Amino acid sequence: MAATDTAVLVPEITVHRVEPEPRGWVSWVTTTDHKRIGILYIVTTFVFFVLGGVEALLMRVQLGAPDNTFLTPSVYNALFTLHGTTMVFLFVVPIMAGFGNYFLPLMIGARDMAFPKLNALSYWMLLAGGLVFYVSLLFHPPEAGWTSYAPLSNRAFSETAGMDAWIFLVHLTGISSLLGAINFYATIANMRAPGMGWGRLPLFVWALLVYAVLLILALPVIAGAVTLLLADRHFGTGFFDQSQGGDPLLWQHLFWFFGHPEVYIMILPGFGIISEVLPVFARKPIFGYKAVAAATVVIAFLALLVWAHHMFSTPSATVVLVFFMLSSFLIAVPTGVKIFNWVATLWRGTVEFRTALIFAVGFISVFLIGGITGVFLAVFPVDWQLTDTYFVVAHLHYVLVGGAVFAIFAGIYYWFPKMTGRMLSEGVGKWSFALMYIGFNVTFLIQHSIGLDGMPRRVYEYPDVGHLALYNLISTIGSFILAAGIGLTVINVVRSLKHGVRAGPDPWKANTLEWFVPSPPPANNFDVIPRVRSVEPMKDIRRQVERTEASLEVGAESGHEH
Amino acid sequence: MNTMPAALAAPRIRHPRRAVAVTLAAGLAGLLVLASGASADVLTPESGGSPNADSIDTLYKIILGVAAVVFVGVEGLLLYSVVRFRARKDAVPAQIRGNTRLEVGWTVGAAVILVILSVVTFVMLDDIRNPPNSDASGFPVNRVENVQNASAYQPRTPSGRALNIKVNGQRYAWRYTYPDNDTNALNNVFSYEEMVVPTNTTVTLDIEAQDVAHSWWIPKLGGKFDAVPGHVNFTWFKIPRPGTFRGQCAELCGRNHADMVATVRAVSPAEFRRWLEGKRRQIDAADKLAEARRRQIQAQPQGPAPTPARQP
Repeated sequence: MAATDTAVLVPEITVHRVEPEPRGWVSWVTTTDHKRIGILYIVTTFVFFVLGGVEALLMRVQLGAPDNTFLTPSVYNALFTLHGTTMVFLFVVPIMAGFGNYFLPLMIGARDMAFPKLNALSYWMLLAGGLVFYVSLLFHPPEAGWTSYAPLSNRAFSETAGMDAWIFLVHLTGISSLLGAINFYATIANMRAPGMGWGRLPLFVWALLVYAVLLILALPVIAGAVTLLLADRHFGTGFFDQSQGGDPLLWQHLFWFFGHPEVYIMILPGFGIISEVLPVFARKPIFGYKAVAAATVVIAFLALLVWAHHMFSTPSATVVLVFFMLSSFLIAVPTGVKIFNWVATLWRGTVEFRTALIFAVGFISVFLIGGITGVFLAVFPVDWQLTDTYFVVAHLHYVLVGGAVFAIFAGIYYWFPKMTGRMLSEGVGKWSFALMYIGFNVTFLIQHSIGLDGMPRRVYEYPDVGHLALYNLISTIGSFILAAGIGLTVINVVRSLKHGVRAGPDPWKANTLEWFVPSPPPANNFDVIPRVRSVEPMKDIRRQVERTEASLEVGAESGHEH
Repeated sequence: MNTMPAALAAPRIRHPRRAVAVTLAAGLAGLLVLASGASADVLTPESGGSPNADSIDTLYKIILGVAAVVFVGVEGLLLYSVVRFRARKDAVPAQIRGNTRLEVGWTVGAAVILVILSVVTFVMLDDIRNPPNSDASGFPVNRVENVQNASAYQPRTPSGRALNIKVNGQRYAWRYTYPDNDTNALNNVFSYEEMVVPTNTTVTLDIEAQDVAHSWWIPKLGGKFDAVPGHVNFTWFKIPRPGTFRGQCAELCGRNHADMVATVRAVSPAEFRRWLEGKRRQIDAADKLAEARRRQIQAQPQGPAPTPARQP
């Protein structure tokens, strides 16, 4: 025992030879550095975001006029399947993992993730999933929607291999997310800086923790479901085939048992970003830290109990409908608490209108609409009218574009200086926001009315009745304004990589530890890991530095009192 | 650093009256926009064909009213706080970390709103979910016809009488099978695409699917009900006046999902009876023709298929 103690107390460091820093593309392919993996994640998922966006624009062109023949039904069905799947599995979920990869260790004062090689595997699984899925463009892309309801997704009705490509995408991205989630959890649980108790965890890290737990709970269910579907399609089983004693509704239950937590998997890290950005630019601590963190946990718990509100129009007993209405109502409470806390964080602050802050405030204003329409949809008799129409399309885009995407853009503008050492142009950023905000609302606000007028979703054409033609044209025009806004940010990012103003370690005077290290951070992140004394460790460090400098000045003037 | 121990309850508003006036004006403007929108039917679902659709519309409008207040309130506060508390020279941010009473207050407030919405839903649910009796002027229906499908959650009229039509979704059309007074389901009157129903009569639907999942939806006659293979779903409507109501399949069912339309035409009970008898004759004639053709084929089992016989 004593011998081991000595060994621990006197570590012996022997360096045989110094590995040269890897350079070039090989260094990116072989990297296990969480920051590089994070950048790989963010760049890859953004490419998929652009692809998904182009798919959306093609659909909006088709719907720009009634009885349009720009796209065939099969191409249209393939496009909305690709769009939905891409945005969920290849953009929103993994880009949050990208931000998490980059900033989780930095924010908690760790030098890397708990399992760096597993981390690299997560990324490569994601890329493999994306490629397997998009290769289906070369033969037959899937056409059953991102929900792939049985029996439509069964071989009798979707005989092409595109459906199998979708299944493998779910498997591969699922493995990717599951490994990533385990890594996040292990890192947060074990590698926090000294002094960083659970009550001092940055709120983005709280969100990632809950994101990880939800992924671990929800992903095995969808993995099982798509495996059953694969068996139904190729090995003669009948899990979802009523003629063999199976049940198509089983698919819907399994899918949404994953699918609803997935919504919160997509939005909770966005909430986390907002909870980081607002206090920094309001120069005020987050209002009700404990309530915001607790609301995240409560939302995650309730997210597992609401899945059948996606199935209100299926044959169901009234008691089931009532249960899922009430559980969905419950989730509105912690979500509302978060919104109130964010507004209260701005209240009596000194709000600095930097692009990141504007995106965060824009997020609150549009996410609120998504939350409110969610209450409409939770009331099942009302849902009977609204479900599967453009009202739902509008609702889910208010949550996922107005919510998740605006939060992601707030994150990009907030963290780009840390990742690259350069500032993004504020002017271009504000124009980008203006176009995105206007374009987004023009596209999707009117879609509520399209749905209320009786237009179902996932239809490749519609007749020229009522105001449908006008409303759809408005929506199509809006989608191009939105795309232009996103394009401006892409230009901003590409330009600023070379020409941006040098950022320095802490351009925003922020609160969390990632701003303690240089921008971009060195490979080992921290030479010295600071002790954490509050929920805003960087603010403490700044104050300490200011005090030290002041006392040094005083000391110099009064002639070495110490 | 400012360590003023002030709570949110005492914000530094220099002109509280002006703040209240601005908030009120914003709220009023919002309501006006809503009202003008509602008159154009931009903000409410389709209704007017059946009492359940009307009840859903009413329920929707109640929620819309509550939602409008929440929307205007929160957006107003948000806008106010970013404009009023924008960074200015000499402005010092208040270092407030929370206020338990306030936080408990808005948590309870949100919960209370949802409790109210739940109660309203429960009160209105019976009118939406459960079919009423047919009017005396409606089409007379025997009681037996409605009890063929035993299900715990099949909605029933109080009298047990309703015109029960089986709706079968198939790619890409709807088949409607009308009841008759025998147990043989093969000789019933049926139609495709257009469902003809009598006015002032409660019509209950047994919704089934033949191939993939579909969803029955005629917006003016109430909500959607999915047709899922292996399951029977239920809904009802009761149309007061003659008219034609259009809808379409609302669950993705394949490439021609957009073209899977449905029409319900409501006619007077007398006209419905004539339509039913006409259909009956058409189907009998077609059955006789098929029977004759079958005999013809059976008469020459090995020979080549004969040319179709002309109608006698």
